[in-house]
Amino acid sequence: MEMNEYLDVFIEESKEHIQALNSNLLELEKDPKNMDTVNEIFRSAHTLKGMSATMGYQDLADLTHKMENVLDAARNDKLDLDSTIIDIVFEAVDHMESMVFDIIDGGNGKKDVSELVAQLKAIEEGEPIQELKSNGDNLASTESTNTEAQMIPLSSLDEFEITVLQQSLEKQFNNFHISIKLDEGCLLKAARVYMVFEVLEQMGEVIKSEPTVAELEEEKFENDFAVILITQDDQDTVKQKIMKVSEVSEVLVSAFEMNAAAETSQMEESAQSSENKSAPVSKSEEAKKQNTSKTGQLTSKTIRVNIDRLDALMNLFEELVIDRGRLEQIAGTMKDAALQETVEHMTRISGDLQNIILNMRMVPIDQVFNRFPRMVRQLAKDLNKKIDLTIHGAETELDRTVIDEIGDPLVHLIRNGLDHGIETPEERVAKGKPEKGTLTLNAYHSGNHVFIEISDDGAGINKEKVIKKAISNGVIEEDQVATMNDSQINQLILASGFSTADQISDISGRGVGLDVVKNTIESLGGSIKIESEYGKGSLFSVQLPLTLSIISVLLVEVGKEKYAIPLSSIIETAIINNKDIMNAHNKQVIDFRGKVVPLINLKEIFEVPGEQEDDTFHSIVIIRQGEKMAGLIVDSFIGQNEIVLKSLGNYLTDVFAISGATILGDGQVALIVDTNALIK
Amino acid sequence: MTDSITETQNEYLQSIVFQLNNEEYALPVSYVGGIETMMPITRVPGVPRYVKGVFNLRGVVTPIIDLRERFDISNYENTKSTRIIILQINDVEVGLIVDAAYDVVDIPKSKVEPSPDVIGSVQVDYIHGVAKLEDRLLILLDMERVLNIVETKEQYQTES
Repeated sequence: MEMNEYLDVFIEESKEHIQALNSNLLELEKDPKNMDTVNEIFRSAHTLKGMSATMGYQDLADLTHKMENVLDAARNDKLDLDSTIIDIVFEAVDHMESMVFDIIDGGNGKKDVSELVAQLKAIEEGEPIQELKSNGDNLASTESTNTEAQMIPLSSLDEFEITVLQQSLEKQFNNFHISIKLDEGCLLKAARVYMVFEVLEQMGEVIKSEPTVAELEEEKFENDFAVILITQDDQDTVKQKIMKVSEVSEVLVSAFEMNAAAETSQMEESAQSSENKSAPVSKSEEAKKQNTSKTGQLTSKTIRVNIDRLDALMNLFEELVIDRGRLEQIAGTMKDAALQETVEHMTRISGDLQNIILNMRMVPIDQVFNRFPRMVRQLAKDLNKKIDLTIHGAETELDRTVIDEIGDPLVHLIRNGLDHGIETPEERVAKGKPEKGTLTLNAYHSGNHVFIEISDDGAGINKEKVIKKAISNGVIEEDQVATMNDSQINQLILASGFSTADQISDISGRGVGLDVVKNTIESLGGSIKIESEYGKGSLFSVQLPLTLSIISVLLVEVGKEKYAIPLSSIIETAIINNKDIMNAHNKQVIDFRGKVVPLINLKEIFEVPGEQEDDTFHSIVIIRQGEKMAGLIVDSFIGQNEIVLKSLGNYLTDVFAISGATILGDGQVALIVDTNALIK
Repeated sequence: MTDSITETQNEYLQSIVFQLNNEEYALPVSYVGGIETMMPITRVPGVPRYVKGVFNLRGVVTPIIDLRERFDISNYENTKSTRIIILQINDVEVGLIVDAAYDVVDIPKSKVEPSPDVIGSVQVDYIHGVAKLEDRLLILLDMERVLNIVETKEQYQTES
């Protein structure tokens, strides 16, 4: 058995839960009406039950199960907790503890708890609760409880699912409610579930499952689960086919009656909420469950894939994209209708494929951002500050690996901004600022980087103070100060062992936070920049690489060279007359839709060999970065293209205004313009 | 078997010999990832003059350095024998343009001498030494210095 590696985890967690049970029971003794405490105890007991059943410690599982039932009854106001009941529960916990210690000592955790179990049962049966009646003798009847409880109520179905079920009836399909029970000793439950689902999907369509598929995959169920299946097969066939999956001990197939289900749903729901794992907040939990099952319906099945395989897939696909470009070119020159059609078709398919592959790895940064509003509200409360949080660009997508790592650094930065940046309402009013401070989170793509900016309109960085602190903390020497520019001084607050807050607070730590932030970001291959104006606010700009990505660009020609400009930063292209170009302070500008936009001649910036032509008309690409715009003068537009971003390698780092390169259809390399650098 | 190999490696410097402006140069074979014929190169703006640009090495965008520019050789032109030597030093991959690339030669360490000081000539730091082999004079290059990579230098480390 490969359970050994889990044994340590089991022991640790069991100890924790027993500890929690003990302390919560003590609380409960003082205040037996406190349902929160009961819920806490119930949760600990429930987790313990699940864990011990998984590990095969049946006595422990039985005991906790009985205890859980008692608590559940208490929780649902079906049982009044008095001191005798609490005493018995205490005794049960003592037994559990001794069982766990037996397990720690290498025993099998067996203990005769029948007397105690009987006692607990007596307590719980003291009440005529429908679903508890059947808990009498262990195996057979728990099954029936479970199957009953697992009956999917009609109310849990959404409109769409009900419509599908109705339509299937109209089409003479069968709607079956299937309860499946796995063997008690089944180790790889998720795998069995998967096999069962495979069988089910061969026969028809699974409309709903209880627990949800995601929960089933995470083995968040005991031994049984239920599904609603639409199929053309009859009841017996369905049952036989499912029984062929090994380790399935019981299958109950019944017709899913829409009307009957509606009638019983009331009763079922009450049964379910009591059997439900975490009924404390049963309503909202229930609602949440339904929500997840609703949204989960479309993306129902997932498998975990090693990210290396996705990388390999991506690399192969990149090659394919390059060849696709080449084919397009060939087809364009050959003018063969059949070839062109085929290539077009292939382009469409590979376009879809590309979306799928990219989406596999990309996740919107919203996944990180969405927890911030609550956090900021809480922090603002703790700090007695008034803060508005605005979020832009939450849909910006980032590679999964980056998303996983970026959460903590951002939390640090936000905490820092709230704690050290934004002042208290009184201070703000005194300074003539609005009472409410603003914290802005902004994410956007630029070249092959993603920028995440955290800005506040708070106090800004006091450079004098930073320098003084840095010297006194030994971060820098006094004679270094003269040679430092503003941004270097700002960077000092990222040094380790630095804290500018006059008082160390719980919110943003002891000056280790920002140091960690810097390290994490740099380990991701990114960088962090700080802009700050004393009294006005600060801006922390985190730059992260978008390690792999296929982007849309506009290919342009400058002299004989081809450059790619990311479509995301282009507003539009235009052709302007020489006489429309004006000079402002020795700089060429144009009037673009009422705005003065500076012109940048790519030929000059990139020192493209060749004569500067004196044309009357110029092709202009209007680019934008944040609020700022600029017009790039190019020789001609080639067209829009999907390209694979590649880096210039480790030898050429920091090439001005070039963020990377790509390989065109003809095998040549084209450079990608970093519009971001041009606008600064 | 393995012993004899390490023995050889200790006594000899396995080097690739290439030609630049009628002189023969050598660099450690362990750096060399391959030899290619000339390919289309894309110029990269704002880099040192000797960095010719980047080219597509089987799907990898690889920077390319023209050693003739690096060594201030004027009046060169690409011929049929012009080659690109692909170098892999640490995690840096670059291509080197040379006039011609030849064989692999085992240079006995004992034959390596420091580069001769000639009065009036400009001392360059990227030459590690010279080796006289029969009728050939090979100039041994310190590639990290050629590429301006300040990194650990293990190969061609002067022993004295």
